[in-house]
Amino acid sequence: MAFNVTRAGGVTVVDVDGQLIVGNRQELKQKVLDELEKGERKFLVDFTKTGYIDSSGLGVLVSLSKKIREQGGELRLSSLNEDLRTLFELTKLDTLFRIAGSRAEGLADF
Amino acid sequence: MERQLFLELPNDLRCIEDTVEFVVSRCSICEVVDRKLRLNFQVSLIEALSNAMIYGNCSDPLKKVRVEVFLHEGLVTAQVTDEGSGFDPGCIPDPTTGRSVRKVSGRGLFLMKTLMDEVHYNDRGNSVKLVLHLSSPEGIRREASA
Repeated sequence: MAFNVTRAGGVTVVDVDGQLIVGNRQELKQKVLDELEKGERKFLVDFTKTGYIDSSGLGVLVSLSKKIREQGGELRLSSLNEDLRTLFELTKLDTLFRIAGSRAEGLADF
Repeated sequence: MERQLFLELPNDLRCIEDTVEFVVSRCSICEVVDRKLRLNFQVSLIEALSNAMIYGNCSDPLKKVRVEVFLHEGLVTAQVTDEGSGFDPGCIPDPTTGRSVRKVSGRGLFLMKTLMDEVHYNDRGNSVKLVLHLSSPEGIRREASA
């Protein structure tokens, strides 16, 4: 599993490669907070390569979204597979996040 | 087909991913049920294990978590038991209503109850039994209100 951070057109893109679960959520959180500290404000978390997310992973996304919004920024999500979309819908988190169908759509949406 | 697994895990969150993938790989019997194992069972087992380690065992590295998995006639059952004093599962509010949607935590038990066919706690509250019927395809996706 890995969290790869890149930049595209003023947006910080974080690729979640593998799982986002209780055992690695802090790593994602710290990487995003480091970028926020550097002054980045537009974030896109892309799940193209993600297998599954647990409640801790969902929670860290909520937490990061709050922190980024407090700094005047925004966190958006993209490329959720069918399983991940189901989890967001069950928990109603699809109402909390802007979710793009693809990374390109997510970037264009900012 | 019948399979049984008995595992005793250290109280270490880093063990969860490999443990769950191992269990799911041993339970995978055909493509039809793979999604239920991958989504419903896998996510629920992660929730049960993390609850046991964090809340049940209070993150005590000296404690253990026991996992017993049974696969029999299209029914998969996982029992996760910690060494803690237990909790009352009835006191967890619905995380999908009102401002609870914006909370950072509190979705684990909800996901287990939503994704599994049955969730039972023992009287002490330190052991949870998850039951999933692999043969019912309509159970793949459950509504939050179910």
